[in-house]
Amino acid sequence: MTRDQIRDEVLDILRDIAPDEDLSQLKDDQSFREQLELDSMDFLDIVMELRKRHRIQIPEDDYMNLRSMDSTVAYLEPLMKDIEKV
Amino acid sequence: MPRDFLKGARDRYDVVVIGAGLAGLTAANTLGRAGRSVLLLEQHYKLGGMATWFKRPGGHIFDISLHGFPYGMVKSCRRYWTAEIADSIVQLKGIRFDNPMFSLTTTFNREDFSKLLIERFQIQPQVVNEFFDAARGMNFYDDQQATTRELFDRFFPGREDVIRLLMEPITYANGSTLEDPAISYGIVFSNFMSKGVFTFQGGTDRLIQLMEAELRRNGVDVRINANVERIDCTGGRVRSVTVNGRTIEAGAVLSNANLKHTIFSLVGEQHFDRSFVDDARAVRLNNSSTQVYMALKADDLLDESTGDLLFSSTAPVFRTELLLSRNITSRTYSFYYPRTRPQGRPRCLIVSSTNARYEDWAHLPEEEYQASKRDLCETTLDALDKYVPNVRQRVDHVEASTPRTFQHYTQHLAGASFGTKFEGLAVSRAIPQQIQGLYHAGSVGIIMSGWLGAMNYGVIVANEVDNGLMKLSTD
Ligand SMILES: Cc1cc2nc3c(=O)[nH]c(=O)nc-3n(C[C@H](O)[C@H](O)[C@H](O)COP(=O)(O)OP(=O)(O)OC[C@H]3O[C@@H](n4cnc5c(N)ncnc54)[C@H](O)[C@@H]3O)c2cc1C
Repeated sequence: MTRDQIRDEVLDILRDIAPDEDLSQLKDDQSFREQLELDSMDFLDIVMELRKRHRIQIPEDDYMNLRSMDSTVAYLEPLMKDIEKV
Repeated sequence: MPRDFLKGARDRYDVVVIGAGLAGLTAANTLGRAGRSVLLLEQHYKLGGMATWFKRPGGHIFDISLHGFPYGMVKSCRRYWTAEIADSIVQLKGIRFDNPMFSLTTTFNREDFSKLLIERFQIQPQVVNEFFDAARGMNFYDDQQATTRELFDRFFPGREDVIRLLMEPITYANGSTLEDPAISYGIVFSNFMSKGVFTFQGGTDRLIQLMEAELRRNGVDVRINANVERIDCTGGRVRSVTVNGRTIEAGAVLSNANLKHTIFSLVGEQHFDRSFVDDARAVRLNNSSTQVYMALKADDLLDESTGDLLFSSTAPVFRTELLLSRNITSRTYSFYYPRTRPQGRPRCLIVSSTNARYEDWAHLPEEEYQASKRDLCETTLDALDKYVPNVRQRVDHVEASTPRTFQHYTQHLAGASFGTKFEGLAVSRAIPQQIQGLYHAGSVGIIMSGWLGAMNYGVIVANEVDNGLMKLSTD
Protein backbone atom coordinates (compact mmCIF):
# COMPACT_ATOMS: atom_id res chain seq x y z
CA MET A 1 0.00 0.00 0.00
CA THR A 2 1.05 3.54 -0.65
CA ARG A 3 1.06 6.19 2.06
CA ASP A 4 -2.25 7.53 0.76
CA GLN A 5 -3.84 4.10 0.79
CA ILE A 6 -2.62 3.51 4.32
CA ARG A 7 -4.09 6.83 5.34
CA ASP A 8 -7.44 5.86 3.80
CA GLU A 9 -7.35 2.59 5.65
CA VAL A 10 -6.72 4.29 9.01
CA LEU A 11 -9.53 6.73 8.27
CA ASP A 12 -11.83 3.84 7.53
CA ILE A 13 -11.01 2.26 10.88
CA LEU A 14 -11.51 5.58 12.64
CA ARG A 15 -14.92 5.94 11.02
CA ASP A 16 -15.96 2.64 12.60
CA ILE A 17 -14.56 3.56 15.99
CA ALA A 18 -15.81 7.12 16.17
CA PRO A 19 -18.97 7.13 14.05
CA ASP A 20 -20.12 10.46 15.47
CA GLU A 21 -16.96 12.39 14.57
CA ASP A 22 -16.47 14.50 11.48
CA LEU A 23 -13.19 13.24 10.07
CA SER A 24 -13.09 15.48 7.01
CA GLN A 25 -11.39 18.26 8.97
CA LEU A 26 -8.77 16.02 10.55
CA LYS A 27 -5.32 17.64 10.61
CA ASP A 28 -2.69 15.02 9.97
CA ASP A 29 0.06 16.66 11.98
CA GLN A 30 -2.02 17.12 15.12
CA SER A 31 -2.69 14.43 17.66
CA PHE A 32 -5.91 12.46 17.35
CA ARG A 33 -6.70 13.11 21.00
CA GLU A 34 -6.69 16.88 20.50
CA GLN A 35 -9.19 16.59 17.67
CA LEU A 36 -11.34 13.57 18.47
CA GLU A 37 -12.81 12.16 21.62
CA LEU A 38 -10.66 9.06 21.76
CA ASP A 39 -9.74 7.18 24.91
CA SER A 40 -7.22 4.41 25.45
CA MET A 41 -9.79 1.72 24.57
CA ASP A 42 -10.27 3.41 21.20
CA PHE A 43 -6.56 3.21 20.45
CA LEU A 44 -6.62 -0.45 21.43
CA ASP A 45 -9.46 -0.97 18.97
CA ILE A 46 -7.35 0.58 16.20
CA VAL A 47 -4.58 -1.88 17.01
CA MET A 48 -6.99 -4.83 17.05
CA GLU A 49 -8.57 -3.80 13.79
CA LEU A 50 -5.22 -3.46 12.03
CA ARG A 51 -4.31 -6.94 13.18
CA LYS A 52 -7.62 -8.37 12.09
CA ARG A 53 -7.58 -6.75 8.67
CA HIS A 54 -3.90 -6.98 7.81
CA ARG A 55 -2.25 -9.24 10.37
CA ILE A 56 -0.09 -6.40 11.57
CA GLN A 57 1.33 -6.80 15.04
CA ILE A 58 1.86 -3.66 17.07
CA PRO A 59 3.58 -4.22 20.41
CA GLU A 60 2.32 -2.17 23.32
CA ASP A 61 5.55 -0.16 23.47
CA ASP A 62 4.81 1.13 19.99
CA TYR A 63 1.30 2.42 20.69
CA MET A 64 2.65 5.94 21.08
CA ASN A 65 3.35 5.94 17.35
CA LEU A 66 -0.38 6.15 16.82
CA ARG A 67 -0.51 9.71 18.16
CA SER A 68 -1.44 11.51 14.95
CA MET A 69 -2.25 10.56 11.39
CA ASP A 70 1.25 11.51 10.23
CA SER A 71 3.01 9.45 12.87
CA THR A 72 0.64 6.52 12.35
CA VAL A 73 1.19 6.41 8.60
CA ALA A 74 4.96 6.78 9.04
CA TYR A 75 4.95 3.89 11.50
CA LEU A 76 2.72 1.67 9.37
CA GLU A 77 4.41 2.32 6.04
CA PRO A 78 7.24 -0.24 6.38
CA LEU A 79 4.78 -2.75 7.87
CA MET A 80 2.18 -2.33 5.14
CA LYS A 81 4.17 -1.55 2.02
CA ASP A 82 3.93 -5.17 0.78
CA ILE A 83 0.22 -5.48 1.49
CA GLU A 84 -2.02 -5.25 -1.56
CA LYS A 85 -4.89 -2.82 -1.41
CA VAL A 86 -8.15 -4.75 -1.79
CA MET B 1 -23.01 -41.91 35.55
CA PRO B 2 -22.70 -38.16 36.15
CA ARG B 3 -23.48 -36.01 33.18
CA ASP B 4 -20.46 -35.11 31.02
CA PHE B 5 -20.43 -31.35 30.73
CA LEU B 6 -17.52 -31.52 28.31
CA LYS B 7 -19.21 -33.87 25.89
CA GLY B 8 -18.10 -33.13 22.35
CA ALA B 9 -15.39 -30.69 23.43
CA ARG B 10 -12.26 -30.84 21.31
CA ASP B 11 -8.84 -31.87 22.59
CA ARG B 12 -7.26 -28.58 21.62
CA TYR B 13 -8.28 -24.93 21.24
CA ASP B 14 -6.40 -21.79 20.35
CA VAL B 15 -7.55 -20.32 23.66
CA VAL B 16 -9.07 -21.68 26.83
CA VAL B 17 -10.77 -19.03 28.97
CA ILE B 18 -11.24 -20.03 32.61
CA GLY B 19 -14.22 -18.30 34.19
CA ALA B 20 -17.27 -16.63 32.70
CA GLY B 21 -17.29 -13.39 34.67
CA LEU B 22 -17.66 -10.23 32.58
CA ALA B 23 -13.92 -10.18 31.87
CA GLY B 24 -13.86 -13.83 30.77
CA LEU B 25 -17.04 -13.50 28.71
CA THR B 26 -15.85 -10.38 26.92
CA ALA B 27 -12.39 -11.78 26.27
CA ALA B 28 -13.89 -14.99 24.89
CA ASN B 29 -16.21 -13.03 22.62
CA THR B 30 -13.42 -10.78 21.35
CA LEU B 31 -11.21 -13.77 20.57
CA GLY B 32 -14.06 -15.69 18.97
CA ARG B 33 -14.73 -12.74 16.69
CA ALA B 34 -11.06 -12.55 15.83
CA GLY B 35 -11.43 -16.06 14.42
CA ARG B 36 -9.80 -17.99 17.24
CA SER B 37 -11.16 -21.30 18.45
CA VAL B 38 -12.19 -20.60 22.04
CA LEU B 39 -13.32 -22.82 24.90
CA LEU B 40 -14.95 -20.98 27.79
CA LEU B 41 -15.06 -22.97 31.04
CA GLU B 42 -17.22 -21.92 33.99
CA GLN B 43 -17.36 -23.91 37.20
CA HIS B 44 -20.79 -22.60 38.23
CA TYR B 45 -24.02 -23.64 36.54
CA LYS B 46 -24.57 -20.09 35.29
CA LEU B 47 -22.48 -17.65 33.29
CA GLY B 48 -21.79 -14.14 34.58
CA GLY B 49 -19.70 -14.59 37.72
CA MET B 50 -20.55 -11.76 40.11
CA ALA B 51 -22.84 -10.37 37.42
CA THR B 52 -25.58 -12.69 38.52
CA TRP B 53 -29.15 -13.05 39.77
CA PHE B 54 -31.34 -15.56 41.52
CA LYS B 55 -35.01 -16.42 41.47
CA ARG B 56 -37.31 -17.03 44.40
CA PRO B 57 -40.88 -18.34 44.67
CA GLY B 58 -43.47 -15.70 43.94
CA GLY B 59 -41.76 -14.65 40.72
CA HIS B 60 -39.05 -12.55 42.35
CA ILE B 61 -35.73 -12.10 40.61
CA PHE B 62 -32.90 -10.49 42.55
CA ASP B 63 -29.82 -8.94 40.96
CA ILE B 64 -26.56 -9.16 42.89
CA SER B 65 -24.36 -6.55 41.27
CA LEU B 66 -26.71 -4.45 39.17
CA HIS B 67 -26.65 -1.30 41.28
CA GLY B 68 -25.17 0.97 38.69
CA PHE B 69 -22.28 1.40 36.30
CA PRO B 70 -20.84 4.31 34.30
CA TYR B 71 -21.96 5.41 30.86
CA GLY B 72 -18.82 3.93 29.31
CA MET B 73 -20.68 0.60 29.33
CA VAL B 74 -22.74 1.77 26.36
CA LYS B 75 -19.69 2.15 24.16
CA SER B 76 -18.06 -1.05 25.39
CA CYS B 77 -21.23 -3.08 24.93
CA ARG B 78 -21.80 -1.70 21.46
CA ARG B 79 -18.28 -2.39 20.41
CA TYR B 80 -17.50 -5.70 22.09
CA TRP B 81 -21.03 -7.13 22.26
CA THR B 82 -24.11 -6.07 20.32
CA ALA B 83 -26.23 -3.02 19.61
CA GLU B 84 -29.15 -4.74 21.34
CA ILE B 85 -27.17 -5.00 24.56
CA ALA B 86 -25.93 -1.42 24.33
CA ASP B 87 -29.42 -0.11 23.62
CA SER B 88 -30.78 -1.69 26.79
CA ILE B 89 -28.66 0.53 29.02
CA VAL B 90 -30.68 3.24 30.76
CA GLN B 91 -29.91 5.95 33.28
CA LEU B 92 -30.78 5.86 36.98
CA LYS B 93 -31.63 9.42 37.85
CA GLY B 94 -32.52 9.27 41.53
CA ILE B 95 -29.33 8.95 43.53
CA ARG B 96 -29.84 9.87 47.19
CA PHE B 97 -27.66 10.45 50.21
CA ASP B 98 -28.96 10.44 53.75
CA ASN B 99 -26.57 10.76 56.69
CA PRO B 100 -26.13 12.97 59.75
CA MET B 101 -24.15 15.48 57.67
CA PHE B 102 -26.53 15.93 54.73
CA SER B 103 -29.55 14.58 52.85
CA LEU B 104 -29.83 15.21 49.15
CA THR B 105 -30.83 13.80 45.76
CA THR B 106 -28.63 14.06 42.67
CA THR B 107 -28.22 12.71 39.16
CA PHE B 108 -24.60 11.97 40.09
CA ASN B 109 -22.88 13.68 37.20
CA ARG B 110 -20.37 16.48 36.95
CA GLU B 111 -22.91 19.15 36.24
CA ASP B 112 -25.16 18.34 39.16
CA PHE B 113 -22.30 17.64 41.54
CA SER B 114 -20.68 20.96 40.67
CA LYS B 115 -23.92 22.73 41.43
CA LEU B 116 -24.25 20.93 44.75
CA LEU B 117 -20.67 21.59 45.75
CA ILE B 118 -20.94 25.27 44.91
CA GLU B 119 -24.44 26.10 46.14
CA ARG B 120 -24.91 23.73 48.99
CA PHE B 121 -21.41 23.04 50.23
CA GLN B 122 -20.22 26.59 49.46
CA ILE B 123 -17.07 25.59 47.61
CA GLN B 124 -15.53 28.13 45.21
CA PRO B 125 -16.50 27.29 41.60
CA GLN B 126 -12.86 27.45 40.55
CA VAL B 127 -11.87 24.86 43.16
CA VAL B 128 -14.68 22.56 42.06
CA ASN B 129 -13.57 22.82 38.45
CA GLU B 130 -9.97 22.21 39.29
CA PHE B 131 -10.89 19.17 41.34
CA PHE B 132 -12.91 17.61 38.53
CA ASP B 133 -10.15 18.31 36.03
CA ALA B 134 -7.52 16.87 38.35
CA ALA B 135 -9.57 13.71 38.87
CA ARG B 136 -10.22 13.31 35.18
CA GLY B 137 -6.68 14.08 34.13
CA MET B 138 -5.21 11.26 36.19
CA ASN B 139 -3.58 8.50 34.28
CA PHE B 140 -1.23 5.69 34.74
CA TYR B 141 1.94 7.66 34.35
CA ASP B 142 1.04 9.90 37.24
CA ASP B 143 2.39 9.64 40.68
CA GLN B 144 0.93 6.48 42.14
CA GLN B 145 2.03 7.31 45.66
CA ALA B 146 -0.46 10.09 46.39
CA THR B 147 -3.50 8.78 48.25
CA THR B 148 -7.12 9.68 47.76
CA ARG B 149 -7.06 11.34 51.18
CA GLU B 150 -4.24 13.60 49.98
CA LEU B 151 -6.20 14.47 46.84
CA PHE B 152 -9.17 15.55 48.93
CA ASP B 153 -7.02 17.45 51.41
CA ARG B 154 -5.49 19.40 48.55
CA PHE B 155 -8.88 20.67 47.36
CA PHE B 156 -11.19 20.45 50.36
CA PRO B 157 -9.09 20.64 53.53
CA GLY B 158 -11.10 19.99 56.68
CA ARG B 159 -14.30 19.34 54.75
CA GLU B 160 -15.36 15.92 56.02
CA ASP B 161 -18.82 16.45 54.58
CA VAL B 162 -17.48 17.03 51.06
CA ILE B 163 -15.19 14.04 51.36
CA ARG B 164 -18.14 11.94 52.35
CA LEU B 165 -20.16 13.05 49.34
CA LEU B 166 -17.30 12.33 46.98
CA MET B 167 -16.00 9.14 48.52
CA GLU B 168 -18.86 7.13 49.99
CA PRO B 169 -20.39 6.05 46.65
CA ILE B 170 -17.01 5.02 45.26
CA THR B 171 -16.22 3.01 48.36
CA TYR B 172 -19.43 1.14 47.70
CA ALA B 173 -18.72 0.83 44.02
CA ASN B 174 -15.34 -0.82 44.40
CA GLY B 175 -14.27 -1.08 48.01
CA SER B 176 -11.60 1.57 47.65
CA THR B 177 -10.68 3.70 50.63
CA LEU B 178 -9.06 7.03 51.41
CA GLU B 179 -5.75 5.19 51.79
CA ASP B 180 -5.81 3.80 48.23
CA PRO B 181 -3.96 5.60 45.40
CA ALA B 182 -5.68 8.77 44.21
CA ILE B 183 -5.40 7.57 40.63
CA SER B 184 -7.75 4.65 41.29
CA TYR B 185 -10.28 7.04 42.75
CA GLY B 186 -9.84 9.61 39.99
CA ILE B 187 -10.43 7.17 37.16
CA VAL B 188 -13.51 5.51 38.65
CA PHE B 189 -15.06 8.74 39.93
CA SER B 190 -14.58 10.48 36.57
CA ASN B 191 -16.11 7.53 34.74
CA PHE B 192 -19.29 7.98 36.75
CA MET B 193 -19.24 11.77 36.64
CA SER B 194 -19.14 11.87 32.84
CA LYS B 195 -22.87 11.16 32.58
CA GLY B 196 -24.18 9.59 35.76
CA VAL B 197 -25.23 6.10 36.83
CA PHE B 198 -26.70 3.52 34.45
CA THR B 199 -28.41 0.16 34.65
CA PHE B 200 -29.44 -2.66 32.36
CA GLN B 201 -33.07 -2.89 31.39
CA GLY B 202 -34.34 -6.44 31.69
CA GLY B 203 -31.96 -7.32 34.50
CA THR B 204 -28.74 -9.29 34.71
CA ASP B 205 -30.43 -12.48 33.51
CA ARG B 206 -31.34 -10.85 30.21
CA LEU B 207 -27.86 -9.39 29.76
CA ILE B 208 -26.15 -12.73 30.29
CA GLN B 209 -28.63 -14.49 28.04
CA LEU B 210 -27.90 -12.02 25.22
CA MET B 211 -24.18 -12.42 25.79
CA GLU B 212 -24.40 -16.18 25.63
CA ALA B 213 -26.25 -16.01 22.33
CA GLU B 214 -23.59 -13.70 20.91
CA LEU B 215 -20.78 -15.98 22.10
CA ARG B 216 -22.37 -18.89 20.30
CA ARG B 217 -22.79 -16.81 17.15
CA ASN B 218 -19.06 -16.16 17.29
CA GLY B 219 -18.32 -19.84 17.59
CA VAL B 220 -17.20 -19.89 21.22
CA ASP B 221 -17.59 -23.31 22.86
CA VAL B 222 -19.27 -22.46 26.18
CA ARG B 223 -19.32 -24.98 29.04
CA ILE B 224 -20.83 -24.65 32.49
CA ASN B 225 -20.22 -26.93 35.48
CA ALA B 226 -16.66 -27.15 34.21
CA ASN B 227 -14.27 -26.64 37.08
CA VAL B 228 -10.66 -26.14 36.05
CA GLU B 229 -8.49 -27.93 38.55
CA ARG B 230 -5.11 -27.08 37.09
CA ILE B 231 -3.31 -25.05 34.46
CA ASP B 232 -0.50 -27.22 33.16
CA CYS B 233 2.79 -25.53 32.34
CA THR B 234 6.11 -26.97 31.29
CA GLY B 235 9.31 -25.31 30.12
CA GLY B 236 8.00 -21.83 30.88
CA ARG B 237 5.01 -22.24 28.59
CA VAL B 238 1.36 -23.04 29.14
CA ARG B 239 0.30 -26.38 27.62
CA SER B 240 -3.16 -27.36 28.74
CA VAL B 241 -5.80 -27.21 31.44
CA THR B 242 -7.20 -30.04 33.50
CA VAL B 243 -10.96 -29.72 33.80
CA ASN B 244 -13.44 -32.23 35.20
CA GLY B 245 -10.62 -34.77 34.99
CA ARG B 246 -9.94 -34.14 31.30
CA THR B 247 -6.87 -32.52 29.77
CA ILE B 248 -7.45 -29.96 27.04
CA GLU B 249 -4.55 -28.38 25.18
CA ALA B 250 -4.40 -24.70 24.37
CA GLY B 251 -2.18 -22.24 22.57
CA ALA B 252 -3.06 -19.73 25.26
CA VAL B 253 -4.90 -19.83 28.57
CA LEU B 254 -6.68 -16.78 29.93
CA SER B 255 -7.74 -17.05 33.56
CA ASN B 256 -10.65 -14.97 34.82
CA ALA B 257 -10.43 -16.71 38.19
CA ASN B 258 -9.18 -14.72 41.13
CA LEU B 259 -5.59 -13.52 40.55
CA LYS B 260 -4.10 -15.25 43.59
CA HIS B 261 -6.12 -18.39 43.02
CA THR B 262 -4.74 -18.49 39.47
CA ILE B 263 -1.12 -18.12 40.55
CA PHE B 264 -1.04 -20.17 43.72
CA SER B 265 -3.65 -22.87 43.15
CA LEU B 266 -4.26 -23.34 39.44
CA VAL B 267 -0.65 -22.92 38.26
CA GLY B 268 1.50 -23.34 41.35
CA GLU B 269 4.18 -20.96 42.57
CA GLN B 270 7.07 -23.23 41.49
CA HIS B 271 6.43 -22.09 37.91
CA PHE B 272 7.15 -18.42 38.65
CA ASP B 273 10.23 -16.36 39.60
CA ARG B 274 10.86 -15.84 43.26
CA SER B 275 10.43 -12.08 43.10
CA PHE B 276 7.20 -12.42 41.16
CA VAL B 277 5.86 -14.83 43.78
CA ASP B 278 6.75 -12.33 46.49
CA ASP B 279 4.90 -9.58 44.65
CA ALA B 280 1.91 -11.83 44.08
CA ARG B 281 1.78 -12.85 47.70
CA ALA B 282 1.84 -9.22 48.77
CA VAL B 283 -1.25 -8.37 46.70
CA ARG B 284 -4.08 -7.36 49.02
CA LEU B 285 -7.57 -8.55 48.22
CA ASN B 286 -10.43 -6.14 48.29
CA ASN B 287 -13.15 -6.43 50.87
CA SER B 288 -16.24 -8.57 50.52
CA SER B 289 -19.92 -7.74 51.00
CA THR B 290 -23.13 -8.63 52.70
CA GLN B 291 -26.48 -8.13 51.06
CA VAL B 292 -30.09 -8.38 52.13
CA TYR B 293 -32.63 -9.08 49.40
CA MET B 294 -36.20 -7.96 50.00
CA ALA B 295 -39.15 -8.42 47.66
CA LEU B 296 -42.36 -6.49 48.20
CA LYS B 297 -45.59 -8.33 47.51
CA ALA B 298 -46.66 -8.17 43.87
CA ASP B 299 -48.57 -4.98 42.98
CA ASP B 300 -47.31 -3.15 46.09
CA LEU B 301 -45.52 -0.31 44.34
CA LEU B 302 -42.89 1.94 45.82
CA ASP B 303 -43.13 5.61 45.10
CA GLU B 304 -40.40 6.46 42.60
CA SER B 305 -39.34 9.38 44.75
CA THR B 306 -37.76 6.75 46.99
CA GLY B 307 -34.96 6.89 44.44
CA ASP B 308 -32.87 4.29 42.66
CA LEU B 309 -29.80 4.23 44.83
CA LEU B 310 -29.64 5.47 48.38
CA PHE B 311 -26.42 5.84 50.33
CA SER B 312 -27.60 5.86 53.90
CA SER B 313 -25.60 6.08 57.07
CA THR B 314 -26.16 6.82 60.73
CA ALA B 315 -22.44 7.27 61.40
CA PRO B 316 -21.61 10.87 62.35
CA VAL B 317 -18.55 10.90 60.09
CA PHE B 318 -17.30 8.87 57.15
CA ARG B 319 -14.65 6.29 58.06
CA THR B 320 -13.60 3.28 56.03
CA GLU B 321 -13.34 1.18 59.16
CA LEU B 322 -16.94 1.87 60.02
CA LEU B 323 -18.05 0.75 56.59
CA LEU B 324 -16.51 -2.67 57.05
CA SER B 325 -17.63 -3.28 60.60
CA ARG B 326 -20.18 -5.95 61.37
CA ASN B 327 -21.82 -3.33 63.52
CA ILE B 328 -23.46 -1.83 60.45
CA THR B 329 -24.10 1.89 60.33
CA SER B 330 -24.02 2.39 56.57
CA ARG B 331 -26.10 0.69 53.94
CA THR B 332 -26.59 1.25 50.24
CA TYR B 333 -30.07 0.47 49.03
CA SER B 334 -30.92 -0.29 45.44
CA PHE B 335 -34.58 0.10 44.66
CA TYR B 336 -35.87 -1.83 41.67
CA TYR B 337 -39.15 -0.77 40.11
CA PRO B 338 -41.28 -2.69 37.62
CA ARG B 339 -39.50 -0.81 34.82
CA THR B 340 -36.39 -2.95 35.37
CA ARG B 341 -38.30 -6.08 34.37
CA PRO B 342 -41.45 -4.88 32.66
CA GLN B 343 -42.69 -8.41 31.94
CA GLY B 344 -45.04 -10.13 34.43
CA ARG B 345 -46.88 -8.66 37.41
CA PRO B 346 -45.51 -5.33 38.66
CA ARG B 347 -43.03 -5.89 41.47
CA CYS B 348 -40.64 -3.81 43.53
CA LEU B 349 -37.49 -5.15 45.13
CA ILE B 350 -34.89 -3.71 47.42
CA VAL B 351 -31.33 -4.89 47.85
CA SER B 352 -29.34 -3.54 50.75
CA SER B 353 -25.55 -3.84 50.47
CA THR B 354 -22.73 -3.28 52.91
CA ASN B 355 -19.03 -3.77 52.60
CA ALA B 356 -17.77 -6.52 54.88
CA ARG B 357 -14.70 -8.43 55.96
CA TYR B 358 -14.44 -12.12 55.17
CA GLU B 359 -12.63 -12.85 58.46
CA ASP B 360 -15.63 -11.60 60.40
CA TRP B 361 -17.84 -14.26 58.88
CA ALA B 362 -15.57 -17.11 57.82
CA HIS B 363 -15.20 -19.01 61.03
CA LEU B 364 -18.54 -18.58 62.74
CA PRO B 365 -19.99 -21.91 63.88
CA GLU B 366 -23.00 -22.87 61.78
CA GLU B 367 -25.60 -21.92 64.35
CA GLU B 368 -24.06 -18.54 65.04
CA TYR B 369 -23.67 -17.97 61.32
CA GLN B 370 -27.36 -18.61 60.70
CA ALA B 371 -28.29 -16.39 63.64
CA SER B 372 -26.06 -13.61 62.30
CA LYS B 373 -27.74 -13.83 58.92
CA ARG B 374 -31.15 -13.55 60.55
CA ASP B 375 -29.93 -10.62 62.57
CA LEU B 376 -28.66 -8.99 59.37
CA CYS B 377 -32.14 -9.31 57.84
CA GLU B 378 -33.89 -7.98 60.92
CA THR B 379 -31.66 -4.96 61.47
CA THR B 380 -31.86 -4.11 57.78
CA LEU B 381 -35.65 -4.15 57.84
CA ASP B 382 -35.55 -1.88 60.89
CA ALA B 383 -33.23 0.57 59.15
CA LEU B 384 -35.19 0.50 55.91
CA ASP B 385 -38.46 1.39 57.59
CA LYS B 386 -37.39 5.04 57.54
CA TYR B 387 -37.46 5.01 53.73
CA VAL B 388 -40.09 2.34 53.09
CA PRO B 389 -42.73 2.72 55.78
CA ASN B 390 -44.10 -0.55 57.19
CA VAL B 391 -41.65 -2.51 55.12
CA ARG B 392 -41.87 -5.47 57.48
CA GLN B 393 -45.54 -5.95 56.64
CA ARG B 394 -44.98 -5.36 52.96
CA VAL B 395 -42.25 -7.89 52.22
CA ASP B 396 -42.93 -11.24 50.64
CA HIS B 397 -39.41 -12.61 50.77
CA VAL B 398 -36.25 -11.67 52.71
CA GLU B 399 -32.84 -13.32 52.74
CA ALA B 400 -29.21 -12.44 53.24
CA SER B 401 -25.87 -13.24 51.68
CA THR B 402 -22.49 -12.90 53.36
CA PRO B 403 -18.82 -13.01 52.36
CA ARG B 404 -19.15 -16.79 52.61
CA THR B 405 -21.87 -16.79 49.98
CA PHE B 406 -19.75 -14.81 47.53
CA GLN B 407 -16.79 -17.07 48.14
CA HIS B 408 -18.92 -20.14 47.59
CA TYR B 409 -20.31 -19.09 44.24
CA THR B 410 -17.25 -17.58 42.57
CA GLN B 411 -14.35 -19.28 44.34
CA HIS B 412 -12.91 -15.85 44.98
CA LEU B 413 -10.49 -16.01 47.86
CA ALA B 414 -12.04 -14.38 50.89
CA GLY B 415 -15.18 -13.70 48.87
CA ALA B 416 -13.53 -10.57 47.47
CA SER B 417 -16.26 -8.54 45.79
CA PHE B 418 -14.01 -6.22 43.84
CA GLY B 419 -10.85 -8.17 43.12
CA THR B 420 -7.59 -6.80 44.44
CA LYS B 421 -6.08 -3.55 45.56
CA PHE B 422 -4.04 -1.44 43.17
CA GLU B 423 -0.85 -3.57 43.18
CA GLY B 424 -2.80 -6.53 41.75
CA LEU B 425 -2.91 -4.91 38.32
CA ALA B 426 0.87 -4.99 37.83
CA VAL B 427 1.01 -8.64 38.93
CA SER B 428 -1.84 -9.56 36.59
CA ARG B 429 -0.11 -7.78 33.69
CA ALA B 430 3.24 -9.47 34.39
CA ILE B 431 1.97 -13.05 34.17
CA PRO B 432 2.63 -13.53 30.42
CA GLN B 433 6.28 -12.58 30.97
CA GLN B 434 6.52 -15.34 33.54
CA ILE B 435 4.76 -18.07 31.62
CA GLN B 436 4.41 -17.85 27.86
CA GLY B 437 0.81 -18.12 26.75
CA LEU B 438 -0.69 -17.57 30.19
CA TYR B 439 -2.83 -14.50 30.84
CA HIS B 440 -5.10 -13.16 33.54
CA ALA B 441 -8.07 -10.82 33.21
CA GLY B 442 -10.59 -9.91 35.85
CA SER B 443 -11.17 -7.47 38.65
CA VAL B 444 -7.79 -6.20 39.74
CA GLY B 445 -6.25 -2.94 40.79
CA ILE B 446 -9.57 -1.23 41.59
CA ILE B 447 -9.67 0.47 38.19
CA MET B 448 -10.22 -2.82 36.39
CA SER B 449 -13.07 -3.86 38.63
CA GLY B 450 -16.78 -3.30 38.36
CA TRP B 451 -18.74 -4.27 35.28
CA LEU B 452 -17.05 -1.73 33.01
CA GLY B 453 -13.53 -2.28 34.32
CA ALA B 454 -13.80 -6.06 34.10
CA MET B 455 -15.22 -5.93 30.57
CA ASN B 456 -12.59 -3.54 29.27
CA TYR B 457 -9.80 -5.47 30.92
CA GLY B 458 -11.09 -8.58 29.18
CA VAL B 459 -10.69 -6.80 25.84
CA ILE B 460 -7.24 -5.45 26.68
CA VAL B 461 -5.99 -8.92 27.54
CA ALA B 462 -7.79 -10.60 24.61
CA ASN B 463 -5.82 -8.25 22.35
CA GLU B 464 -2.58 -9.51 23.88
CA VAL B 465 -3.67 -13.12 23.58
CA ASP B 466 -4.48 -12.67 19.91
CA ASN B 467 -1.16 -10.93 19.32
CA GLY B 468 0.68 -13.69 21.17
CA LEU B 469 -1.04 -16.41 19.15
CA MET B 470 -0.14 -14.68 15.92
CA LYS B 471 3.50 -14.47 16.98
CA LEU B 472 3.42 -18.14 17.91
CA SER B 473 2.22 -19.08 14.44
CA THR B 474 4.79 -16.94 12.62
CA ASP B 475 7.76 -18.01 14.76
C1 LIG C 1 -22.30 -7.44 46.07
C2 LIG C 1 -21.64 -6.85 44.87
C3 LIG C 1 -22.16 -5.73 44.26
C4 LIG C 1 -21.56 -5.17 43.13
N1 LIG C 1 -22.16 -4.10 42.52
C5 LIG C 1 -21.63 -3.61 41.37
C6 LIG C 1 -22.29 -2.57 40.66
O1 LIG C 1 -23.34 -2.09 41.05
N2 LIG C 1 -21.72 -2.10 39.53
C7 LIG C 1 -20.55 -2.61 39.04
O2 LIG C 1 -20.09 -2.14 38.00
N3 LIG C 1 -19.92 -3.61 39.68
C8 LIG C 1 -20.44 -4.13 40.83
N4 LIG C 1 -19.81 -5.15 41.49
C9 LIG C 1 -18.51 -5.62 40.98
C10 LIG C 1 -18.66 -6.45 39.72
O3 LIG C 1 -19.75 -7.32 39.84
C11 LIG C 1 -17.40 -7.25 39.51
O4 LIG C 1 -16.27 -6.40 39.57
C12 LIG C 1 -17.37 -7.95 38.15
O5 LIG C 1 -18.60 -8.55 37.85
C13 LIG C 1 -16.27 -8.97 38.19
O6 LIG C 1 -16.07 -9.59 36.97
P1 LIG C 1 -14.81 -10.51 36.76
O7 LIG C 1 -14.81 -10.90 35.34
O8 LIG C 1 -13.61 -9.86 37.29
O9 LIG C 1 -14.94 -11.78 37.67
P2 LIG C 1 -16.09 -12.64 38.35
O10 LIG C 1 -17.41 -12.10 38.08
O11 LIG C 1 -15.67 -12.85 39.73
O12 LIG C 1 -15.97 -14.02 37.57
C14 LIG C 1 -15.00 -14.99 37.76
C15 LIG C 1 -15.59 -16.29 37.24
O13 LIG C 1 -14.61 -17.31 37.25
C16 LIG C 1 -15.22 -18.52 37.65
N5 LIG C 1 -14.17 -19.40 38.13
C17 LIG C 1 -13.33 -19.21 39.18
N6 LIG C 1 -12.49 -20.25 39.32
C18 LIG C 1 -12.79 -21.12 38.32
C19 LIG C 1 -12.25 -22.39 37.93
N7 LIG C 1 -11.23 -22.96 38.59
N8 LIG C 1 -12.80 -23.04 36.86
C20 LIG C 1 -13.84 -22.47 36.17
N9 LIG C 1 -14.37 -21.28 36.51
C21 LIG C 1 -13.85 -20.61 37.56
C22 LIG C 1 -16.17 -18.08 38.72
O14 LIG C 1 -17.15 -19.04 39.00
C23 LIG C 1 -16.74 -16.81 38.10
O15 LIG C 1 -17.85 -17.06 37.29
C24 LIG C 1 -20.39 -5.74 42.62
C25 LIG C 1 -19.86 -6.89 43.22
C26 LIG C 1 -20.48 -7.45 44.32
C27 LIG C 1 -19.91 -8.69 44.91
